[in-house]
Amino acid sequence: MNLNREKINGYTVLFIQEERVDAHNSGDLKEAILRLIEQGEVNIIVQLERVRFIDSSGLGALLSGYKNATAKSGKLALANMQQQVLSMFELTRLNRVFDIYADLNEAFDSRL
Amino acid sequence: MCDSVIQVEVIIPTQTKYLDLIGSIGEHIAKKLDEFSGDREALAYHLNLVLTEATVNAIKHGNYGNQEDTVRITIAIQENALNIKVYDHGKGFDLESVLLPDLDHPKEDGMGLFFIRSLMDSVTYTRQGDCNVLEIIKYLS
Repeated sequence: MNLNREKINGYTVLFIQEERVDAHNSGDLKEAILRLIEQGEVNIIVQLERVRFIDSSGLGALLSGYKNATAKSGKLALANMQQQVLSMFELTRLNRVFDIYADLNEAFDSRL
Repeated sequence: MCDSVIQVEVIIPTQTKYLDLIGSIGEHIAKKLDEFSGDREALAYHLNLVLTEATVNAIKHGNYGNQEDTVRITIAIQENALNIKVYDHGKGFDLESVLLPDLDHPKEDGMGLFFIRSLMDSVTYTRQGDCNVLEIIKYLS
């Protein structure tokens, strides 16, 4: 999976550079987030602007990251989600689990 | 099946790299359904998702571990219904015993069948000869 990582305003921002997150590449996403957390980067924002499709395994990878970051007193939030992708979070009620921001500035302003 | 307006049959190896192809076919079909009066963009996403989840299910649970096995997928539009069948050669499972996920205590897996059941109108999983068939129906009007 094509991912970019940047440190911005004290947060680790993970940019997903794929249009599709499914069972073929969600394992890579899960591993990448877990590696960040193991390195002590526990305040993570996943930027999903390019993602136009996510399946249950993609949601599971993000949920895994959320649970692991929380267990280390950190936080994993989501930003720049397309409407159809957001609707999957709403259907599974995962929008009540994650903090979801319109963009990175809104995420930074909220101080998570 | 002869009355189908659109009928597609795809056979893929049991590898997840083909999920994009299968999902894309569903998305394209949704956008060609002139008679569908609902939200076509949403239907396109839902068909992409349902085909993806059903195929993953067949790859992981049906033909588990056998790289040389195949999954067969058929998509047909008959009158006002869209019919999807996904065939696997695994041991199968009892669809009725698969419980709805506890959305108040979400887990990392187990959402695939929930999506299929939530977004489509009918789902059955039956043994037919040497195959299991996951049959999914979506009514278009």
